[in-house]
Amino acid sequence: MTDKTVDARGLNCPLPILRARKAMNEIPVGGTLEVLSTDPGSKADFAAFARQTGNELLSSEQAGDCYRYVLRRNG
Amino acid sequence: MKLTIETTDAGQNRKSLSIIVSKGTLDWAYPPFILATTAAAMDMDATLFFTFYGLGLLKKKLDLEVSPLGNPAMKMPMAGMHLGMPNLVAALPGVTAGATAMMKNMIQKKGVATIEELREAAIESGVKLVACQMTMDLFEFRKEDMIEGVSFGGAATYLEQAVKADVNLFV
Repeated sequence: MTDKTVDARGLNCPLPILRARKAMNEIPVGGTLEVLSTDPGSKADFAAFARQTGNELLSSEQAGDCYRYVLRRNG
Repeated sequence: MKLTIETTDAGQNRKSLSIIVSKGTLDWAYPPFILATTAAAMDMDATLFFTFYGLGLLKKKLDLEVSPLGNPAMKMPMAGMHLGMPNLVAALPGVTAGATAMMKNMIQKKGVATIEELREAAIESGVKLVACQMTMDLFEFRKEDMIEGVSFGGAATYLEQAVKADVNLFV
């Protein structure tokens, strides 16, 4: 179970990242966030987002057209 | 022994982005707003400096258009294909409005944010919006026509920001 889920399916760049950032500010440090996306570019983008911000990308999976990411808020 | 007092320097180590925004058509409005909002989401400070035709992007009422005239790279969905439009046709009255409607339709269909949404997100996330004062005078724009939260400055204002920024772009 994650602390919060962002359903960004159907949204294009940069909206999945923007929605995820907003949601991440609403969970406690150490908490986890699940993001659902249909944007194929989000795979590279969430990895970059995690590296740049220091929030950890715990998992990155794909099922059909849907991508699922779990991030941990580190700061 | 002297104790070292640690100060929080959260503001000191932040990366920053600056972009000169010189174009005000619907298509060219995207890169600066996308990059600035994403930079803010990635804990960077972002400054957008609006000059010449880019300045219109700060007006309260946005009425952005895109034209295929003189833009052979702009292919439009026609008759099941994507085709460029001959300049002679693109110059006809109503074609800009038609191309704009088509682009806005695609933007909505593909889940792409509108410029209004991205601009709102930029303001919300603390992106600094600077309007070029010289262009304000040149184009006879009034401060009351511009959205809230805009600051006004010139070349020196931009350069002071740019010289310490990690990423500087011109769009």
